[in-house]
Amino acid sequence: MPRQFLPVSRRQLLQSTALGAAATVASALSAPAVLRAQAAPVKIGVLHPVSGALSYSGQQGRIGATMAIDEINSAGGLKALGGAKIEPMLGDAQSTPEGGNAEVEKMNAASVAAIVGGYASSICLSASQTAARYDLPYIVDVGVVDSIVSRGLKNTFRFGPGFGVIAKTALDNLVILNDQAGKPAKTVVIVHEDSAFGSGLAKLLNTQLPERGFQILEAIPHPTPTRDFNNVVLKIRAQNPDLVIPANYYDEYVLLARTMQQQRVRPKGIYSVLGGAASSYKFVKEFPNAAQYIMDCNHWFDPKNPKALALKKKIEEKNEFYTYEVYMNYSCMLLLADAIERAAGTDRAKIIAALGDSTFAGHAMPYGPTRFVDGQNQGAAPVNTQVLNNDIQVIFPASFASAKPVFPMPRA
Amino acid sequence: MLSPDILFAAVLNGLMTGAIYALVALGLTLIYGVLHIINFAHGALLTAAMFAAFFAHRLLGLDPYVAAVFIAPLFFLFGYGLQRFIIGPAAHGDDRNILLVTLGLAVIIENALLYAFRADTRTINLPYAFDVVEVGSAFVALPRIVAFIAVFAVALGLWLIMRWSDTGKAIRAVAKEKLGAELAGIEVAHVYAVTFGLGTACVAIAACLLIPSYYVNPHAGNAFVLIAFTIVVLGGMGSVAGALIGGLFVGVVESLSGYYLGESLGQISIFVMFILVLLFRPRGLFGERA
Repeated sequence: MPRQFLPVSRRQLLQSTALGAAATVASALSAPAVLRAQAAPVKIGVLHPVSGALSYSGQQGRIGATMAIDEINSAGGLKALGGAKIEPMLGDAQSTPEGGNAEVEKMNAASVAAIVGGYASSICLSASQTAARYDLPYIVDVGVVDSIVSRGLKNTFRFGPGFGVIAKTALDNLVILNDQAGKPAKTVVIVHEDSAFGSGLAKLLNTQLPERGFQILEAIPHPTPTRDFNNVVLKIRAQNPDLVIPANYYDEYVLLARTMQQQRVRPKGIYSVLGGAASSYKFVKEFPNAAQYIMDCNHWFDPKNPKALALKKKIEEKNEFYTYEVYMNYSCMLLLADAIERAAGTDRAKIIAALGDSTFAGHAMPYGPTRFVDGQNQGAAPVNTQVLNNDIQVIFPASFASAKPVFPMPRA
Repeated sequence: MLSPDILFAAVLNGLMTGAIYALVALGLTLIYGVLHIINFAHGALLTAAMFAAFFAHRLLGLDPYVAAVFIAPLFFLFGYGLQRFIIGPAAHGDDRNILLVTLGLAVIIENALLYAFRADTRTINLPYAFDVVEVGSAFVALPRIVAFIAVFAVALGLWLIMRWSDTGKAIRAVAKEKLGAELAGIEVAHVYAVTFGLGTACVAIAACLLIPSYYVNPHAGNAFVLIAFTIVVLGGMGSVAGALIGGLFVGVVESLSGYYLGESLGQISIFVMFILVLLFRPRGLFGERA
């Protein structure tokens, strides 16, 4: 090959690479000094379905997560990393598992240290799986399907309770409630959405309710989104059950409750298990008549925890509603920040190990110190609430109940 | 299960939903009857009109029923312009081209909406949205009754225009015998555009009637248009009475099958019906023999 095609001689090349290497070493040596002055920010993926059918819940989740980040940053950032600030990378799962996956890929490409969120079970399932391929720590904010933590994924941690625990608590408390009132309820209709969350829960209730002496008249599935509940409510009317158990997301829950009110279908109780709106301040404020007396077994903040109450005040000052998505995500973000502090860096394996030994107690939930076994926080448990006089009261557990349950529903 | 009360309520629900379907189908069948094309942009136009009604309420505080008075003429002009300046010229007199042009328009409109308003599902809350009227043993939501009555009023108005006005006579003349109409001095391109405008106005009114109890996102119109196609085939291509009766019938079928088969399967029977009609009575219930 003629020489003119290689204008750089071997000697020149060696010289220049040596110079380059020296420059790299020099800059690496000076790096700690730069770090002390301004620690590089730590990127964290904040993944929620902020558009599409679950957009309301997704936006609430985002508020909670970013609020925690703001608090950490304004309190001096991550101490163990020289006061490094957390830089959220906001992702929109568009209310679909594919949307969630695409965002995880993007976040991984942007070298985030970890991801928090997902919200819906179906999104959490696929997003955490995708993150697992990159050993990327993933904290599930809400997703309750138990297979999320039973797949043996080392990167996936769920701070909140899963179906198994929630259904057991819900049913135990339902039996207590019914016994206290003199057993007025015997028959049940379940209305559930037809993705992983709703059908999984319906399946669980289908086996466990009969064991506790309740008869299931019908389980009515519906897709998300559904914009007309007339047929569903007609079915409820035809079956005339003592109890209606809805398990669906916010919009559908509100529509179902309003259609029941409109069609004057009034069972002895509406007892939701993870009702999308049943313990939401937004629902209670906007449709107080439809919400009155509805009971729910759901995620709820610790009403005796000053941190949870301070957050509530802060959220309400911003004219937002203090829904479970907010304090769950807030707590998950604090949990993650604590793990990054203890890992003293953004090494993914170290963060995963730090999450695994977490005993973090500075969150807003009534769970006690965090303890993960196979990715599931052992202390996580739901709470029973009831809408009474335009407010949401805790009715179980007795240790922090703020009101006595009203059951059966008084006839209007 | 088969209590007469429940059955009555389900049928009533179906009739109310069916009326809206009928109005969407009316626009579709009108355009088919005169232009002899299937307008694939119908669903996208419905979605666009729903957004118009949504923002009329959100930004101007207009009640959707009041907004209909403005949105319908606006969409008439829009439809007129589309046919006169885009679809007509682009088609070069070939029906297959028209099909593709309307399909292209649908893609453009839908994606423009998606770009402008994102995939969010939006609803408006009206104080009367959950008011009910007692009809026998059943309770029917007020917006549905309003829609039901309005659809019949629109159908009657359309019939009067077609029957008595000069424009209507010209439209019918063009539909029957295009060349003859042209020889008699009727401007065919104008009549085509007026027809397309009328069809689009029907969709705009349907959108205003829907929005109090439905939601809007950039794909919301598609659900209706698939059903409207079925209705047009069932009622007979180009038949106004067929669209109206077909619409009500499909509404009832959907409601009953939704009730008995469940929400997730409710629409299956509509499309089974679609295939059956195509197999056994391709000209539809009121269609003229080809």
